[in-house]
Amino acid sequence: MIDIKQVTKVYHTKKKTVTGVKNVSLTIHKGDVFGIVGYSGAGKSSLLRCINMLERPSSGTISVDGMEMTKLKGEALRQQRLKIGMIFQHFYLINQKTVYENIAFALRAAGASSDKIPSRVEELLRVVELSDKRDVYPAQLSGGQKQRVGIARALSNNPTVLLCDEATSALDPTTTQSILRLLKSLNKELGLTIVLITHEMGVVKEICNRMAIMQDGEVVEHGNVYDLFAEPKNTLTKEFITNVVSFDVPEETLAKCTGTIIKVMFQGSSAGEGIIGDMLQEVDVRGNFLHGAIEYIEGKPLGIFILELTGDPEQVNQAMDYIQKRHVRVEVISHGY
Amino acid sequence: MDIEQLIDLLPEMTEAFLETMQMIGISTAVAILIGLPLGVILFVTDRGLFWQNLVVQQILSFIVNVVRSIPYIILLVLLFPITGLLVGTTTGPIAASVSLSVAAIPFFARIVETALRDIDKGMIEAAIATGATPWMIMKDVLFPEARSAIIQGLTLTIISLIAYSAMAGVVGGGGIGDLAIRYGHYRYDTTIMISTVVLLIVLVQLIQQIGDVVAKRLDRR
Repeated sequence: MIDIKQVTKVYHTKKKTVTGVKNVSLTIHKGDVFGIVGYSGAGKSSLLRCINMLERPSSGTISVDGMEMTKLKGEALRQQRLKIGMIFQHFYLINQKTVYENIAFALRAAGASSDKIPSRVEELLRVVELSDKRDVYPAQLSGGQKQRVGIARALSNNPTVLLCDEATSALDPTTTQSILRLLKSLNKELGLTIVLITHEMGVVKEICNRMAIMQDGEVVEHGNVYDLFAEPKNTLTKEFITNVVSFDVPEETLAKCTGTIIKVMFQGSSAGEGIIGDMLQEVDVRGNFLHGAIEYIEGKPLGIFILELTGDPEQVNQAMDYIQKRHVRVEVISHGY
Repeated sequence: MDIEQLIDLLPEMTEAFLETMQMIGISTAVAILIGLPLGVILFVTDRGLFWQNLVVQQILSFIVNVVRSIPYIILLVLLFPITGLLVGTTTGPIAASVSLSVAAIPFFARIVETALRDIDKGMIEAAIATGATPWMIMKDVLFPEARSAIIQGLTLTIISLIAYSAMAGVVGGGGIGDLAIRYGHYRYDTTIMISTVVLLIVLVQLIQQIGDVVAKRLDRR
């Protein structure tokens, strides 16, 4: 769907040159909700803006739907942009035009005949649940409503791809959730491929199926969201995941523990099997839960538990072996005496 | 103050007022007709915009700066030959309108350019990402968004033109300034002097207020 091949973007200022994106290659499939995560300045925004040629890569190629964007110019590029919707952190609606006119603007860009515009605008407003705000100016809308208008505008010409540039970063948590739900339903119902950039891992966890983590212009790790949450390899990935799935046991609690503290990670179906219960029956150790939860990512359970095992050292090792045999990952956080 | 003297001069005052309005009217119309597109071109040909053409941008910008750096009274004299060619005379309100227009074009163009620069770049990019044509972006994004600021700039231009037109009066341009010079200055007629000043104050106030109201009405933010 979207093929990014060895894309580099260099910015030249008077004093120095800055490489915003370094040799990035990614493939985004049809129907993906692809999250690009990174701190500000990581180059994620530059990369996203290269997809619809708001910025031209210095080298490398990008193709969308089989069309090589990097080769397009002028009218051909404009035509291709009609098929790629985009929404922004600060919405960027035309302040001096009503909601209706803002959406009609996008339809006119595609050359829609004027008799078809009203019904199509109504339809789009129904999709984003804003039918009652048709003749209102953006200044009278809340942030979430503005973003819904932004989404309606982006969807006007039935795009195959939707680019989201920090689309929820200016919104409060509740509004963020409602926008994310809307994006997810558009992805499911219209088969819309979504590429979003964000610094909030929560957004990725909520709606993405695949993700890439960027640092200093490079993609340091990418893959399925579930896999990366279950087994992050890069330290930055781990850091981001800790922001949303954190199981740090307070120091005071740790100080009181005398046993071996282990972290047990269940993936997929094995989360429900009650392995720990079985283990406690089979092996002569005592288990004490310190922390834990089952997170659902893309609807699949990912369980993480912090457990204190007390008993004979040999028995403790046997307990860990028992768990590992059931294809569950175990990490020792600290050994007991 | 001599009321009778004022009444005697009323026809001449009226004529002078109409001449001033004529000068302002013509030069404002020319400023809009040429200055507005010029301002738009100055903006859209600049770096990073959709009709980027730095050669055109810099040449136009230079010309605008040159004209703007010439004091109006000198511009007026400098343009006498051209005015003569165009109008056939160098005195009277029509002749004064030539130099007023030349002064007003770059003035208004810069105001338009500044108003456009105040638009959030992101909004223009959003329109580009939508797939809008440059023409649509100018008509439906740039112009509506800058409209209010342009109206305020137009008010400023008209008021400056009133001041300039009074200067044109010194060299026989006609209008209120001319009247003030002939009666007020050369004949030490305080009544006329004060009346013309009052008239100018009222005129400027009126235009400023109309401009403010219109600009506010047009702004939906």
